[in-house]
Amino acid sequence: MQYKSQAVAKPYFIAAIGLFVGQILFGLIMGYQYVVGDFLFPAIPFNVARMVHTNLLIVWILFGFMGAAYYLIPEEAETELFSPKLAWIMFWIFLVAGALTIVGYLAVPYATLAKMTGNDILATMGREFLEQPLPTKVGIVIVALAFLFNISMTVLKGRKTSISLVLLLGLWGLAIFFLFSFYNPSNLVMDKYFWWWTVHLWVEGVWELILGAMLAFVLIKITGVDREVIEKWLYIIIAMTLITGIIGTGHHYFWIGTPEYWQWFGSVFSALEPIPFFMMTVFAFNMVNRRRREHPNKAATLWALGTSVMAFLGAGVWGFLHTLSPVNFYTHGTQITAAHGHLSFYGAYAMVNLTMISYAMPMLRGRSANSGSAQIMEMWSFWLMTVSMVFITLFLTAAGILQIWLQRMGTTPLGFMAAQDQVMLFYWLREITGFVFLIGLVLYIWSFFCKKGTAQAAA
Amino acid sequence: MSETFTKSMARNIFYGGAVFFFLLFLALTFDTVQSVPKRSHSEGVTDSVIRGKHIWETRDCIGCHTLLGEGAYFAPELGNVYKRRGGEFIKAWIRAQPTGAPGRRQMPQFNLTDQQLDDLVNFLKWTSEINTTRNWPPNIEG
Repeated sequence: MQYKSQAVAKPYFIAAIGLFVGQILFGLIMGYQYVVGDFLFPAIPFNVARMVHTNLLIVWILFGFMGAAYYLIPEEAETELFSPKLAWIMFWIFLVAGALTIVGYLAVPYATLAKMTGNDILATMGREFLEQPLPTKVGIVIVALAFLFNISMTVLKGRKTSISLVLLLGLWGLAIFFLFSFYNPSNLVMDKYFWWWTVHLWVEGVWELILGAMLAFVLIKITGVDREVIEKWLYIIIAMTLITGIIGTGHHYFWIGTPEYWQWFGSVFSALEPIPFFMMTVFAFNMVNRRRREHPNKAATLWALGTSVMAFLGAGVWGFLHTLSPVNFYTHGTQITAAHGHLSFYGAYAMVNLTMISYAMPMLRGRSANSGSAQIMEMWSFWLMTVSMVFITLFLTAAGILQIWLQRMGTTPLGFMAAQDQVMLFYWLREITGFVFLIGLVLYIWSFFCKKGTAQAAA
Repeated sequence: MSETFTKSMARNIFYGGAVFFFLLFLALTFDTVQSVPKRSHSEGVTDSVIRGKHIWETRDCIGCHTLLGEGAYFAPELGNVYKRRGGEFIKAWIRAQPTGAPGRRQMPQFNLTDQQLDDLVNFLKWTSEINTTRNWPPNIEG
């Protein structure tokens, strides 16, 4: 750690991991409800568990991004953070607001929560992933603006590198496109159209800029490859991201009452969306092969390479699988979507945060790398979580293909629930694999407390 | 990558590409927004439909069901439920929840009034009449 104020990243990373655990626990509850439908009903109905699962995901990823920015920006800008105090205040506001929101979901019926929190003044709730009550949404905007002010001021007073510029662009985009969550027209088609301006332009747009910047930063640090080379790659990757991804939004506009031309725009451009992810894989392996130093943190190198591969598989390959409109006609809104959602979120955004944490956390704890045995434990957790997520994806894909065959094709289609009963085996396999993922996560956390062996001295 | 392809060239492709395709996206959005009223029969968005959408949102229906394929995959597609089941069935179904059948997926009891049930059905009826490409979903089962 080169700058004292980078230390503020640490609570963000710890909170991110804590919320990650919560996300997985609620995922296991939902997975069990898929096979034993009345599990925990009516205490925690499926829709409540799902809100908690997906909202915790979003919040922990955001905590990870903010922690990453607080760690990365001072080092890139070669100056102390503009205001560590503001970062601390925002940490507590965000954590308390997030916790209260989750408690709200679990403690009162959603309709009551909506009434209590002023949804009648401005109705924004009850749309997938944007279920947060109005005060929470306003809180997210306030925290995001204070955070952006803090890191932008830091960059302004320091060295301006391409990595920090790309990161800033991504984070500003994140805040700007979130504003569409406040727009909820009464016409459902318009509602859905602009809902994607937050959801798609986040995950298949500006978040990829953040991902690219974080990965590029870690690769510079662990490989020692010349910054010019890495930043050139970064620019070309994110150029392809936006060139394909912006019009690629059209793959969500196939069946929601929007014009037919989106079939072409959406299919063609989103079919190209795997390209930047493939470039990212080539980039990461290239840089590690051309490394000029042997960084003692082998675990962080594994996470960085793993991110590039799994993001390509999850977002690239599993995205392409159902993105062409003649295919999507059958797969839209089935377990295929769930399969893609799981592998892409884990492979891209969960893993890039774990990469950053793996690299930065030892530094924040005053050493350049953890002891060998701690790293081995961390690498075990990498393989357990990653392989089990691949299998979860394969099981959901199998369930999806069967579901489509039974429910949407053939001359005597089954009803939804009858088709669900037929694919139950795959839901059981998914749930069992979910427990393997949990074991991996427990091992991951355990690796932070592994006392055996000696840590590498600070660089 | 070769030395002739410099970082500033890569940066220019990024800025140029992003701006160009965002402008194209805005133009397509403008055209789409113009066409929505006709395709969605927006004259049918009555006060009752608007109230029905509000019921839909404040009960977090999207947390289990899909609507035009978007949402959760735990319970049936409802974009065409009006065509599949009809209004009276929908109301009776919602009133009868939860079924309490052991081991089966359960839908909560929302204690909706007759007025609220009518509004919700009107919202689902209007939704089922949206002109979706190729008449998605593929068949009546959703």
